[in-house]
Amino acid sequence: MGPLFPQGLINEEYNLIFAFLIGIGFGYLLEAAGFTNTRKLAGVFYGYDATVIKVFFTAAVTALIGLFILHNMGWIDITLTFYPKTFWIPTLIGAVIMGLGFVIGGFCPGTSLSAASTGKIDALVFIGGVILGIAGFIFTYDFLWKELRMSGAMGKVDIAQWLGIREGLFIFLFTMLALASFYVFQLWQDSWQRKLSEEDKNELGL
Amino acid sequence: MNSYLAGFLLGLLIIAAYYISGEGLGSSGGYRDCVIATIHDVAPSYAEKNSFIAPRLQAGHSPSHTFLVYLLLGVIFGSIISAVLYGRLKWSIGKAPHITNKKRLYLALIGGILWGIGTQLGRGCTSGLVLSGMAVNSLSGYIGLVGIFGAGFVFAYIFKSIWIKTSKNKK
Repeated sequence: MGPLFPQGLINEEYNLIFAFLIGIGFGYLLEAAGFTNTRKLAGVFYGYDATVIKVFFTAAVTALIGLFILHNMGWIDITLTFYPKTFWIPTLIGAVIMGLGFVIGGFCPGTSLSAASTGKIDALVFIGGVILGIAGFIFTYDFLWKELRMSGAMGKVDIAQWLGIREGLFIFLFTMLALASFYVFQLWQDSWQRKLSEEDKNELGL
Repeated sequence: MNSYLAGFLLGLLIIAAYYISGEGLGSSGGYRDCVIATIHDVAPSYAEKNSFIAPRLQAGHSPSHTFLVYLLLGVIFGSIISAVLYGRLKWSIGKAPHITNKKRLYLALIGGILWGIGTQLGRGCTSGLVLSGMAVNSLSGYIGLVGIFGAGFVFAYIFKSIWIKTSKNKK
């Protein structure tokens, strides 16, 4: 029964080998989905490219349903995983900063590594920025961020329980939301067809 | 690759990561561990006093024994494999055509710095905080989703000229 490593069912070497293999799959899929193209990523915010929404929400729904089934069949105990604790205030503020960074920098940390690996110089510079940002955060942590980062602590919170509805119902509602978003973002992308040049369409693979 | 297929396979990878290692797919955590290890090597006494670094040193977070660091090494290989197969492996700068290379690189640097700060304050990035958090129904994942994409749409409107050629920046 999973998770394997936290229960000592596999040793650390195997865990790290699996991490590497899963990383290869992760990098392959990011590249194959077109996420090394910064214009495709930014396209989600302007509507000319719906790829991000499709990949992202399909992955979320797949993982959500899969883990829900595995957990209820007793094949994995979610409580033994590194289940994230919720600190709502710093996460919300941090996420807004990341949203700004996404629009200005055109990548996120995962996609920038994938893009830099394939020769995107702007992604390499972006990674340099991430490292500078993390280092700057650490150096100023004790007097600038510490209190804020530990505020809004709620512990391990399941969103369905927080909303007061059943897990299955939440997953159903979220799946419906994802399907609706595919439809809306596809319409938005289609509305750009006449506005994009042939060059743009080629570059974006639309 | 078809977007839905890529998303489906990515979802299976997240399940595999949770099943095997009990961790989701994260990117910023690996960067953080490398930065921490570097600071610790350069200035050990400072690192042990810094209350962000100290608990992570005690927990034995060496990058050479960290799931997320091996994951990132894999990402590099996987991306290269895919780029070779699709014929996309070449040096270039990605940007909207009306933006100069220099401006693009400055913006990439600023964007990266913002991500560096945001991930440490918010406890993860698009993959570790949001996608992997959502996979286990964690409230923090959904807060991250609403924050990153909600703010993204607002900021995208303000900074439209970076990505979209408008009548204002045509020349």
